[in-house]
Amino acid sequence: MSNNNYFSGLFCGVRSLFTGLSVTIKEFFTPKITEQYPENRKELKMFDRFRGRLIMPHNENNEHKCIGCGLCQTACPNGSIKVTTEMLETEEGKKKRSLVSYQYDLGCCMFCELCITACPQNAIEFCTDFENAVFDRTKLVQQLNKPGSKVAEKKPAVKPAAPAATPAAKPQTTDAKSEASNLETNSAV
Amino acid sequence: MTLDNIKIVEASELRAEMQGLKAKGFDYLSNLIGMDWGEEGGLGVVYCVENTQTHEQVWLKSATANREQPVLPTVSDLWDIANIYEREAYDFFGIIFAGHPDMRRIFLREDWVGYPMRKDDKPLEQNPLRMDNEPLADDTTEYSLQPDGTLAAKKNQIFGEDDYVVNIGPQHPSTHGVLHFRVALEGETITKIDPILGYIHRGVEKLNESYTYPQTLALTDRLDYLAAMQSRHALCMCVEKAMGIEVSDRVQVVRTILDELQRIDSHLLFFSCLCQDMGATTAFLYGFRDREKILDIFEETCGGRLIINYNTIGGLMADIHPNFQRRVKEFIPYMRKNINEYHAIFTGNVIFQNRAKGVGPLTKEQVISFGCTGGSGRAAGWANDVRKNHPYAAYDRVEFNQVLRESGDSFDRYMIRLDEILESLNIIEQLIDNIPEGNYKEKTKPIIKVPEGTYYQAVESSRGEFGVFLESKGDKSPYRLHYRSTGLPLVAAMDTACRGFKIADFVTIGGTMDYIVPDIDR
Amino acid sequence: MFDFSIVTEWINNLLLTLMPQWAATLVECVLVALAIITLYAVFAIILIYMERKICAFFQCRLGPNRVGKWGSIQVLADVLKMMTKEIIDMKNVDRLLHKMAPFLVIVASMLTFSCLPWNKGAGIIDFNVGVFFFLAAGSIGVVGILLAGWSSNNKYALIGAMRSGAQIISYEVSIGLVMLTMIVLTGTMSFSEICQQQADYGWNIFRGHIPALLAFIVYLIAGNAECNRGPFDMPEAESELTAGYHVEYSGMHFGFYYLAEYLNLFICAGIASTIFLGGWAPLHIVGLDAFNQVMDYIPGAVWMIGKTFFVVFLLMWIRWTFPRLRIDQLLTLEWKYLMPLSLVLLVLMAVCVSTGLTL
Repeated sequence: MSNNNYFSGLFCGVRSLFTGLSVTIKEFFTPKITEQYPENRKELKMFDRFRGRLIMPHNENNEHKCIGCGLCQTACPNGSIKVTTEMLETEEGKKKRSLVSYQYDLGCCMFCELCITACPQNAIEFCTDFENAVFDRTKLVQQLNKPGSKVAEKKPAVKPAAPAATPAAKPQTTDAKSEASNLETNSAV
Repeated sequence: MTLDNIKIVEASELRAEMQGLKAKGFDYLSNLIGMDWGEEGGLGVVYCVENTQTHEQVWLKSATANREQPVLPTVSDLWDIANIYEREAYDFFGIIFAGHPDMRRIFLREDWVGYPMRKDDKPLEQNPLRMDNEPLADDTTEYSLQPDGTLAAKKNQIFGEDDYVVNIGPQHPSTHGVLHFRVALEGETITKIDPILGYIHRGVEKLNESYTYPQTLALTDRLDYLAAMQSRHALCMCVEKAMGIEVSDRVQVVRTILDELQRIDSHLLFFSCLCQDMGATTAFLYGFRDREKILDIFEETCGGRLIINYNTIGGLMADIHPNFQRRVKEFIPYMRKNINEYHAIFTGNVIFQNRAKGVGPLTKEQVISFGCTGGSGRAAGWANDVRKNHPYAAYDRVEFNQVLRESGDSFDRYMIRLDEILESLNIIEQLIDNIPEGNYKEKTKPIIKVPEGTYYQAVESSRGEFGVFLESKGDKSPYRLHYRSTGLPLVAAMDTACRGFKIADFVTIGGTMDYIVPDIDR
Repeated sequence: MFDFSIVTEWINNLLLTLMPQWAATLVECVLVALAIITLYAVFAIILIYMERKICAFFQCRLGPNRVGKWGSIQVLADVLKMMTKEIIDMKNVDRLLHKMAPFLVIVASMLTFSCLPWNKGAGIIDFNVGVFFFLAAGSIGVVGILLAGWSSNNKYALIGAMRSGAQIISYEVSIGLVMLTMIVLTGTMSFSEICQQQADYGWNIFRGHIPALLAFIVYLIAGNAECNRGPFDMPEAESELTAGYHVEYSGMHFGFYYLAEYLNLFICAGIASTIFLGGWAPLHIVGLDAFNQVMDYIPGAVWMIGKTFFVVFLLMWIRWTFPRLRIDQLLTLEWKYLMPLSLVLLVLMAVCVSTGLTL
């Protein structure tokens, strides 16, 4: 009995080894699945829902939709968004909040999409850009509103209120360090 | 599930009560949750025991007002898993369990000061950044309550002078993450294992207490990254039920499909990593090749591959992608074909069979006592599938088998997972053409406040019962949000499973137990 | 068949015209040593590149393809990196033994490497007990591995070295017996003689038919185990012992182990092709004279290296398919299956030879 086991076990074992070998040799000749990354950059398209990096879309007149309400800033679990606004007086004499800088720290973003869900104006969205590597951490702090941009007006007939960033108007919060990094990040955006 | 009437038990009667429950067939301790109810409520523990025959659950709580030296009786002699759960409660709340044989910290360093989950603890002030090595004691303390109410301490030995102790981890290829086992060896044979946890503990439960409900969701993906869908599903369901939100059928079905895809994803990774651990690097890449297909499906619909971020309170972040159904339908036959390849290259291989069969067996009694849910429990014949026992989402309308095996050894634990891939494919196949129309998201208030109360929701995650225990005081943040880890019981059972086996078997047993470290170190 | 000894004779005579006998011998020694070291390095590079490519192809990947065309100079770049890396001195190691161990391993490997007959008349170490010398020189390597494990003062390294000791000593029994089987067939222990016989009468694996074929398989398994390669790579078992006996080595000291591992693979395959597949002997089929003539035009060294790489491919195919064994199973395989089988083969071969059943 035990002799039978010895030989049948040996036989089955050897057969299972050959089954394995036949699988690998088949794979040896099948086409490979490796993506040729830097070469296929042109064809490589991410899925449109992919969350690569937060952006604030601007239209052709360099206008964005952000009204500076700061809901995204409160929604963010990590504090990776910093909205700086100022109060401006419109021509009719009403006070109106206006965006000065919208700072986004890609380095501590966890792509939870809560800011986008919270935004009442659909002013921010994720782009599918995935090549976000930089050599310096400070470059991960980006200013999302382009320089000189302003809020897109709902009614195009009304003249927009005062140029967005007048030197006289003092931002409500200023941060010397982040101001400095704006210079670098603007070019990256 | 709303826990309206948790039975309050006095500390002095706790043991008698628990012994009674154990005798009545409540042999599975699913939760043991440390709590801090503040000055008036005191420190305490919430217990949940389940009858594995009738699936009836009983919730109890016990508290002590003494914040200086809170003492509760241990139940670690009744359920094996209580040993590690009580150490967790001791670590975070400072509750001393009288009669517990090993009252050491488990997640935090041994020289940590304070108990961080207490509401009045100041961990940052008491614990400056320590630059010295972590001390690891070879002995431990057992406290017992004297008749006069004082505590007596007794030293217990973990490793002796003559033990040849090898550190496996925290950086080791086969611990699947930053996990540390101290392993005593006799030649190549393992005589004892002492797991040391917490190397990547991020304090998720503590963080949750300062987060709003939508923010807490973001962290569930980061617990068990191979059960991100299911963990998030559990938390969403818990909050939805607490707030009385009814999600549409469409959401239920889509969640079910994605949960099952996630399960296949996890089991494929399990297969791959087991192969890698056992030296079959080629099979490892075959698993990853197929897993890529699932990740693509996830990415197209949810926008993420690992951190999926799809379920939300009241539904889903976005409707399914137009390509979703086509891709999933292409995937099902593809996967069925490739499972055969896995069997050919690895399952049938005589080397693997010899290394897995009869290695690290756990009996049904042991897995229940350790609370090893999921595939590791079902391999020993314990029918513990939450999808069957407490159906949720769309699981009550699909036909599927709960795969069970008998011997509970490494080979069975492995086979369970491969068979479950096929079962999951069946579930998806039944649902994919029948996704009902409906809202993908119910309207919720901008600020979500859960009504005061205690809630619990369990799901069958990729590796067992994942539970969300939520205690709310009606604020926009939870008062206490506890997750039942699926991996902690598996790590706790490693000592029992590995004793007497070789150091190479440790790798096999660890691989087939299928624990994920970020889920243990929550 | 081209006889390489014509070249060596010519060099020898040329040197003798220029210098006295002792100087000529000295120069020849240096030349031969240079040749060995160059060949050793070149083959190591080819093998590592080959392993990485073949392994990748088995795994649905492409393998290295960044440095040079198809990644062809990737290994050169790695060698350069390895040579410039710091050799770290550990505090609590046994200095002398720790530094000596890699050299023992590489010396053993080079000695056995020199035993390979590259062509007719191109064997470097060739004398009438060549097979014995090969076995003896090969065993020095295990001393290096044991010393590495012991001197590292590391628990993983120690377990790895102990495994390695048990493994290599066991499998040497099979290798010795299998070689003995083939010696029974050929009646000589000199590698050049063995090859010459196969050129004259046909490859041993055909001459010895069933016992020789089985012996070939046993040799492949045991040889693979001798080289510490998967599925027998328990001594380093990266998922259990991280890197086993060489866990504490860095820089070129680690490089020596790495190099020796690959060259041992080559040597194992080279000896297999020498004693079973004819070494430098071309493939002859009885009756097809035109075919045989064409085969004769292919130089012996090409035959030798071609056959060796074929065996190397077989071993790589095995390595990249199977999971690792456990140490007790490894020993079971040797003592319960391979050793009895090789004893039976030895007897069988003796019977075949004495009754004239060989082809």
